[in-house]
Amino acid sequence: MINWANLISQMFNGLVLGALLALISSGLTIIYGTLGVLNLAHGAMFMLGGYAGYVAYTYTDSFIIAIIAGSLFVMVVGVAMERIIIRHFYGRPDEDQLLVTFGISICLVELVRFTFGSLSLTVPAPKIIAGITSLGFMYYPTYRLALVGIVAVALLSLFLVLYRTRIGMIVRAGIEDSVMVASLGINVYRVFMVVFGIGAMAAGFAGIVNAPVASLTPDMGEKILVQTFVVVVIGGVGSFPGAILGGLIAGEIISITSMINPGYAYVMLFAAMTLVLVLRPHGLFGSQSRG
Amino acid sequence: MDKRSMGEQEFKAGVSRRTLLQAGAGLVGGTLLPAGFTMPAFAADHPAIGTYPAGSSGNSVTIGAAVPRTGTYAVQGEDELKGMQLAVEHLNEGHELVKKLSPKTKKGVLGKEVKLVVADSAAKPNEAVQAQQRFITENKVVLMTGSTSSAVAVALNKLAQREKVLYVAGISGSNDTTGKDCVRYGFRQNFFGQTAAAAIGPVLVKAFGKNKKAAYLTPDYTYGHTVTKSMQDFLATAGWTTVTNQVSPLGAPDYSSYLLNVANSGADVLINVNWGHDAVLSIQQAKQFGIFDKMKLVVPYQIPFLAREVGGGLLADVYCATDYWWTMEDKYPLAKMFNDAFSKKYGYKPEWGAENGYMSFVHWARMVEETGSFYPPDIIKTWEKGETIPSLVGDVHYRPEDHQCVRPVIIVKGKKPADMKNKEDFYDIVEIIPGEGLMQKPDAFGCKLGDYT
Repeated sequence: MINWANLISQMFNGLVLGALLALISSGLTIIYGTLGVLNLAHGAMFMLGGYAGYVAYTYTDSFIIAIIAGSLFVMVVGVAMERIIIRHFYGRPDEDQLLVTFGISICLVELVRFTFGSLSLTVPAPKIIAGITSLGFMYYPTYRLALVGIVAVALLSLFLVLYRTRIGMIVRAGIEDSVMVASLGINVYRVFMVVFGIGAMAAGFAGIVNAPVASLTPDMGEKILVQTFVVVVIGGVGSFPGAILGGLIAGEIISITSMINPGYAYVMLFAAMTLVLVLRPHGLFGSQSRG
Repeated sequence: MDKRSMGEQEFKAGVSRRTLLQAGAGLVGGTLLPAGFTMPAFAADHPAIGTYPAGSSGNSVTIGAAVPRTGTYAVQGEDELKGMQLAVEHLNEGHELVKKLSPKTKKGVLGKEVKLVVADSAAKPNEAVQAQQRFITENKVVLMTGSTSSAVAVALNKLAQREKVLYVAGISGSNDTTGKDCVRYGFRQNFFGQTAAAAIGPVLVKAFGKNKKAAYLTPDYTYGHTVTKSMQDFLATAGWTTVTNQVSPLGAPDYSSYLLNVANSGADVLINVNWGHDAVLSIQQAKQFGIFDKMKLVVPYQIPFLAREVGGGLLADVYCATDYWWTMEDKYPLAKMFNDAFSKKYGYKPEWGAENGYMSFVHWARMVEETGSFYPPDIIKTWEKGETIPSLVGDVHYRPEDHQCVRPVIIVKGKKPADMKNKEDFYDIVEIIPGEGLMQKPDAFGCKLGDYT
């Protein structure tokens, strides 16, 4: 006998988690799609956004400033990372790229641990969206409901940048065929830098808006990174709509399975990924050209 | 002096020099005989075992610690490590506190300097075992320690027995550590699921009444399962029932799914067995879901730093069972000495991981001093005498049957922020319950210790 109230509650949970995963994954997927670099430091970007936002919040007591500061800081870190390190690895084998981004991730996590310690830190939700909302059949944390809206706005902004601007058009073209884009006389490397910055910023933004839901720890990015990879595989590498749909699917699978048996949440997630790989090897929205 | 007196005797009695020398040697040997098996001079008689004698043949001995410095239990691992480091420092300098706990200690252990080598286990059994295996091979460690996850404690127990190197558990709450997975080479100082449940159970029944409905949050490994089982078993005797038991993996990134199930369970009390950051996150999120408006929170196996990490007075009026809380210093002078030394060095009051790390090391050092040798089977036999020995929380003893320390369990209750006298005054001590009455029979959890050699 299905408890409908419980099921709908869990679907809400799935939506919140899914929205967050969609945002982080979209950053990861456009970086991989454009640059061909699988950024294992993406989880660290998520973590850095949270900590940068925490510092801004401590000084200003403003959640809005925390979001802006957290996102911009991570964007700057992303651009610097690309200029100083990543760009030297474009022509190198995949393993080198994996190793260098993994190495950067370890350095960033340990730097934060050294600076802030291992004790978890909390950024409270703004008073106006704190507390609990009654939805008739259940009570739900107001901030989590707001989070869906906040992430939706962020995703919409990302969509507008990707689909309604010249740079977005170049990025999408680069994902489809970067050699052709370069041969048209476009400076692909400058595009790469911008993409890396935007992708990192998406993760950083997610890091700070998620801080009132789950407190900050130096290794918070490691846990989310695995889920993010699954989302990218399900959605299709390099596909922005794929990341959104993949995120929502992953969020719902984790939440609804948890209602029945939490121990199988990740089993089901990986089963879904396997199913997608068997039926559509390039993911739901992926195309052959992205490899 | 002896020679001279022997010489005099020879002259007076007129016995042959050779006979006298033989008798004298016999007498000297006879005097030493009771301790003869354990005297360093006789150590060479022992067959090599584990890292013995290689690990103790030089001027120093090494202890290998595999504690979590990253991951869900990192905060508690660091605290535990600080307790161990302080113990090593105190042993090497022959600190006054160590001498009170181990009167034969002068400096070091049997005069040898103690060194500590440390690895990050991330609370993962395979990483802890690999690190300790390396310490055994490269450093010839005479003692292993660390855990802060019973899965690690159980794995290191097995390694200790296989490699014949002594192991003192770090934080480990599972009944199995000195129950079905106990070993001859492993010892545990701290409290565990059974004693936590037996100590906090009556307090809960008194506070909340009989026939209550309980929801559990349980981490999915040996610690979680055994603590939850012990709590369920004990509370069932007062008519409490389990309405839901939400089992989650160690280090779950989000507890909302589990908490929704808890919120809809109709429970009166939420018993949160999660540990480390998992406990912090699940409690903070439970607050977000309004769960504490509906039910009371109980933490049966207290987590170091929990109150300061969850913040917001969320632990006010919450009952917890623990191994140690620093305000015990009002009653226990040795606890005060420990707190003073610890906070002078590290700048904060020690939590129970540090206390357990410190005590475990000093108890081991005491056993070695009492034995007079680093030969592990003899040290174990000294430990198994089960003598009453001092600790930071009063007199304790180790049971020979399962190597579990019989020690008190402390019940604390979270303070409201307004009632805190200083920034570390998070709990009131409700009761200090003697360990003896809390323990199961030594064979109740299937302990079979295994061989000495």
